[in-house]
Amino acid sequence: MLYSPAPLHIPDGFLNVAVSIICWVITVITLGVAISKTNKSLGERQVPLMGVMAAFIFAAQMINYPVLGGTSGHLLGGALAAITLGPWAGVLVMTAVITVQGLLFQDGGLLAMGANILNMGLLTAGVGYGLYRSVLGKSRKTQLVVAGIAAWLSVMAGALATSLQLWLSGTSDLRLVIPAMLSVHALIGLGEAAVTVAALGFIFRTRPDLLDEKSASAQGSRGWVVAGILITLAVVLLSPFASADPDGLERVAINIGFINNSQSAPFELIPDYAIPFLGETSISTIAAGAVGVLVVLAVAFLVGRSLQQKRAN
Amino acid sequence: MHADAFDRYHDKESFIHRLDPRVKTIVTVVFIVSNALLPDGAWLAFVLAWVFLLSVNLLSKLGLIYTFKRSFVALPFALVAITVLVSIPGNPVASFRFLMWDFTITDAGLLRFVSILIRSWLSVQMAIMLVAVTRFPDLIHALEHLRVPAILTTIIAFLYRYLFVLVDEVYRLLRARESRSAAASGQRSGGSVLWRAKVAGNMAGQLFLRSYERSDRIYNAMLSRGYVGHLYTLNPHEMKSSDYLVTAFAIVLIFVMQIIGRL
Repeated sequence: MLYSPAPLHIPDGFLNVAVSIICWVITVITLGVAISKTNKSLGERQVPLMGVMAAFIFAAQMINYPVLGGTSGHLLGGALAAITLGPWAGVLVMTAVITVQGLLFQDGGLLAMGANILNMGLLTAGVGYGLYRSVLGKSRKTQLVVAGIAAWLSVMAGALATSLQLWLSGTSDLRLVIPAMLSVHALIGLGEAAVTVAALGFIFRTRPDLLDEKSASAQGSRGWVVAGILITLAVVLLSPFASADPDGLERVAINIGFINNSQSAPFELIPDYAIPFLGETSISTIAAGAVGVLVVLAVAFLVGRSLQQKRAN
Repeated sequence: MHADAFDRYHDKESFIHRLDPRVKTIVTVVFIVSNALLPDGAWLAFVLAWVFLLSVNLLSKLGLIYTFKRSFVALPFALVAITVLVSIPGNPVASFRFLMWDFTITDAGLLRFVSILIRSWLSVQMAIMLVAVTRFPDLIHALEHLRVPAILTTIIAFLYRYLFVLVDEVYRLLRARESRSAAASGQRSGGSVLWRAKVAGNMAGQLFLRSYERSDRIYNAMLSRGYVGHLYTLNPHEMKSSDYLVTAFAIVLIFVMQIIGRL
């Protein structure tokens, strides 16, 4: 088997449009920052490096090791990429990996790609690098231990975010998906931690210059520590809360207007989640009308361009 | 391993193959968004979307069931949606006992579950179609034309270009591990799971260093061939008159599907 899909890649059809778009917006903004940061701090030399390192993450996911009765563990690599290449480059590398997995292997959808990049690229880099950055310059052992914890947390953060997105889309029941996802990924995360620590230990022994104070890895700002700690807190506080009291989380979501009874809609002719957030109001009708107008405009534009092109020829 | 080991492109001489990659990308994305917008149980619209897909299959000369054959990759993920079977209130269809809990499958839950699976199944097939009728480098150029930042598309291009080289490297590492891991038959071999994970980690570290050093060599080789920070293509990628028309036509069809799905 050349390539085995990882359980965190959400395919298309499982997230609703509102959740997909929110995730895309967060992802695009963060990527915009990442690109402007890397363009500023890195030379053109770094572009081939990041490309080959993206291929490295992809290939490293194929190194599996037998765990129990036919199952095997393998790396996700988000934390490792961010620690070795620096956070912004790590984000870009993971984005490229997830894009190719989605485009070429259909592992993860296209509309859902924003969410996938957020879960496996941004959150993993944030928590993975953030915690590691906080012990930069400490003893090697401390660094490795913290990197291990960070790798484990990065998988948990991805799993938690995936569960929440599925729940907000009305695809999964919070009561079942959170315990299921988190317990499975607590195990997967252990493998991630072990492999990440071993790989970092190997690099420390053979090419310590790649990870010392002057390396790309040390260039991330202290702000990452804050991001890392925030994500850690979210995982540590939200997971038990969501597992123990899913109704509480649901109530919060209803109170802030995130859920509009998405689970009771199937019997209505025009479901109220059709136009997200707007409900069955006159606004919804107006929005539907606006979409119609946009489609007509798009088609008119395309036909116009077509005629123009024909004349030019 | 050959350079096209990961290629999903199927070379055929067809109308769909000749379309501008931008057209194919846009229509694919619109189709997938449209699937996500269709309400649960919009059976007629689902069927129409499937007919749309089959027509593209036919037009591209890949054969009617080409996308069908690979369309089940997303199926394992359906596990996460199984919970809606029992969690949405509605008329009970069947109930069962799992460990110590009682679950009741409702008709509303069933409707939603099946709808999610169909949406996913249709979307995956369209994505399969996109890479089967578009060369991957063309697809990357289409993304660039669609304003995806150059640094990102360049990284993706490098990833695609060097993936098979590094996979060969992985095979070398795996072969080395295999050849050093003798096991007498019937006897358990190797250390604990932690030890195995550590070995895998060392291999990942080794692969990291080899990749890192290789990227240096690659960069020097590129410089010697005149690299100035940008990848060029000889393919002009010009939107022709027919490209615009096809996009408009496809969008109209998908829009009609939406209207039918909501009637």
